[in-house]
Amino acid sequence: MSDSQVKTHGVNMDALGRKAQQKPPEDEECSLEVKNLKLFYGDKQALNGIDMHISKKRVTAFIGPSGCGKSTLLRCFNRMNDLVDGVRVEGEILLDGDNIYAKSVSAVELRRRIGMVFQKPNPFPKSIYENVAYGLRLQGIKDRRILDESVEKSLKGSALWEEVKDRLNDSALGLSGGQQQRLVIARAIAVEPEVLLLDEPASALDPISTLKIEELIYELKSDYTIVIVTHNMQQAARVSDYTAFMYMGDMIEFADTDTLFTNPGKKQTEDYITGRYG
Amino acid sequence: MSGKSGFNKWFGTGAPWVWTSAGAVSISLLMVFGVLSLIALRGLGYFWPANLAQFEYHLDADTSIVKVGEFHEHEMVPSVQLREGGLYLPNDDELVKRYLFKVGNRDFYGQDFRWIIEPSIGEISYPEDLMVLERHEWGNFFGYLHQVKEHGKVVAEGDAAREEMDRRMVRALDLHDQIKTIEKGAIGSVNYRMEKLRLAKRSLELDEVTDPAPYGRLEEAKHELDAEYQILMGQLNKLYELSKRDSITVSDSEGNQKEISLHMVVRAYFPNEMGVLDKMVHYVAKVVEFVTADPREANTEGGIFPAIFGTVMMVMIMTVFVTPLGVVAAVYLREYAKQGPVTQMIRISVNNLAGVPSIVYGVFGLGFFVYFLGGNIDQLFFKAALPAPTFGTPGILWSSLTLALLTLPVVIVATEEGLSRIPRSVREGSLALGATKAETLWRIVIPMASPALMTGLILAVARAAGEVAPLMLVGVVKLAPSLPLDGEAPFLHLDRKFMHLGFHVYDVGFQSPNVEAARPLVYATALLLVLVIIALNLAAIAIRNHLREKYRALES
Repeated sequence: MSDSQVKTHGVNMDALGRKAQQKPPEDEECSLEVKNLKLFYGDKQALNGIDMHISKKRVTAFIGPSGCGKSTLLRCFNRMNDLVDGVRVEGEILLDGDNIYAKSVSAVELRRRIGMVFQKPNPFPKSIYENVAYGLRLQGIKDRRILDESVEKSLKGSALWEEVKDRLNDSALGLSGGQQQRLVIARAIAVEPEVLLLDEPASALDPISTLKIEELIYELKSDYTIVIVTHNMQQAARVSDYTAFMYMGDMIEFADTDTLFTNPGKKQTEDYITGRYG
Repeated sequence: MSGKSGFNKWFGTGAPWVWTSAGAVSISLLMVFGVLSLIALRGLGYFWPANLAQFEYHLDADTSIVKVGEFHEHEMVPSVQLREGGLYLPNDDELVKRYLFKVGNRDFYGQDFRWIIEPSIGEISYPEDLMVLERHEWGNFFGYLHQVKEHGKVVAEGDAAREEMDRRMVRALDLHDQIKTIEKGAIGSVNYRMEKLRLAKRSLELDEVTDPAPYGRLEEAKHELDAEYQILMGQLNKLYELSKRDSITVSDSEGNQKEISLHMVVRAYFPNEMGVLDKMVHYVAKVVEFVTADPREANTEGGIFPAIFGTVMMVMIMTVFVTPLGVVAAVYLREYAKQGPVTQMIRISVNNLAGVPSIVYGVFGLGFFVYFLGGNIDQLFFKAALPAPTFGTPGILWSSLTLALLTLPVVIVATEEGLSRIPRSVREGSLALGATKAETLWRIVIPMASPALMTGLILAVARAAGEVAPLMLVGVVKLAPSLPLDGEAPFLHLDRKFMHLGFHVYDVGFQSPNVEAARPLVYATALLLVLVIIALNLAAIAIRNHLREKYRALES
């Protein structure tokens, strides 16, 4: 509700914005910086040298047709692609100035700083409480008081607390799809990451659950840097501050959301957002 | 023309396919129920007290004897064959009915069972005062009770004798229990500790200890045990003396008199005067005895508790070995090993191991576990007992290990299958929270795959519990003097030999000196083996269902 207001009043008609931009126009604090990132699946190149800045405590959306590499790019941020056989990455991604692909960086440590939520809700077959506490237990936290506090805080943060506070010890698998997805978000924020990656978080949900997730993203923005991949352009327009349009492994255009949707700088972008292809 | 197209049409509907498959299922079901009901009927019938028949049996035209016993089976035999065998036949029928007749009284007749022919049987009666004595030796006695004696003096005769005998039986059975407790329990324990002392002394000698102090301590302990043994022997002798007090005089149908000491009697009853209710009580008592008591008389009488215990325990120990080994192997193959031709080769080899005949595993177990491993363990840790082997001889540990090896492929395959079904999204969810691969495996993936692992274990348990051939090489015996689990430290005696239901069936059925008497026992034991396997499986299935509910796979 409130986020749509934010979006509509700030229509940016700046003529200079018509050019394809690899940097957001405002000089905000940068969280993630991508430098000439190339990714290969065996011989096939999936990302053709991406450059971009992702601003701190803002929502950045990736849109584009299926297979354009937006999820692949997202999974580069927490090195989930490392788990796929035959993947090779070139270039750099800097998190607060440090290259996350440097040899000294452990992917396991990195993933504690960059959380991720997937397309399908994937709660563990444990209780609601244990799902949220999972990340903390991995870090060796056993103190019941700390866990209790963190679970409550995270569930409140993901707007699920009121619905589940009386059945924290029930199986998480008994929740509805939308609740499960918010539980997964609570699980991700329980470890207090700096960045939250959302890979089409609402695509498997009904419209009401989708709305709740979108509201939640708007709330979470004040604490986390959020990167979201979505198929749904209206969703990108509703929730994001910046939007990147990708096509065939290239970043075609990256601008603040209002500019990109109302006044795209590239013909391809305009064709895509007006539904002419993709 | 139209008929053919009609048939084609019918064929096209798929109806024949349904009929064929339904037929196949029905035949399978019939066979399963047929097997079970045959075993159940024959096995359970064994415990029902049969009536004792008495009749005149004509040996030839002039002589006849009175016979008493139970009718068992019958068959039709050509009379020519019987005549050639020199048997007297009163009439000229072509086929003659022949009965298998239990005469009991092995001490008089040498055999429990006789074949008798129908035409020679006179009028059959069922006198109410015919008595069955189940004895610790010589099998059952069929005959009449005459007197009850105390120290050789008659205390009751005729009708009063029965009541007097029942009264004195209670005391005799109680004494027998006491004797058995001392013999098997207390004296067995003393012997066990005595042997330990001997081994301790021997190992001191082997270590060339010259200090007399430890020898002295051992000697002291030995004296204490000797004293304990003397006390026990004293008690035992007293009990034996007491148990000799009562005896009964009985006679068989041919008039042979015999005096039987009451402490040789397990049970006395008069089947012909028992009502259905009495017989049911008797039946239940016999079944309970069968399941809880030790075997008597070369396994043809009494219970089979040690065999049940051995079977269950062997399967449990096997489970303890096969579960971690199978899980770890499956995790490596599925999660860590690089998928390629080598992994595929290993996988095929593992699968093929399941097809190796079990006796081959037995031979391997004997060669590797018993002689090589066991022999070396003896050399290293049980030197004192040599040349008598401790682990270098077949035993329950080696049996369990051999069967663990035999069932390992099943567990590996089932666990791998389970691991491959865990959705990628759940693994990624865990990894994305900063879990390592190992943490993801132990906290998420393996618990979720545990129902599949249980399926593997169920198959493994079912196979292992029924396997006999390899066990004959690596640890099973006809009669084990003590259970592999008892009150003597270290409580679990993995080096001991054990009894097994499957082997018991083979032993009683084929190795018994008294085949006819043992045959119903074969069925009863087989039934019990099936029941034990079913119970083990049901337990495993219950655990699996619980796990399934807990880790119910995510609905996509």
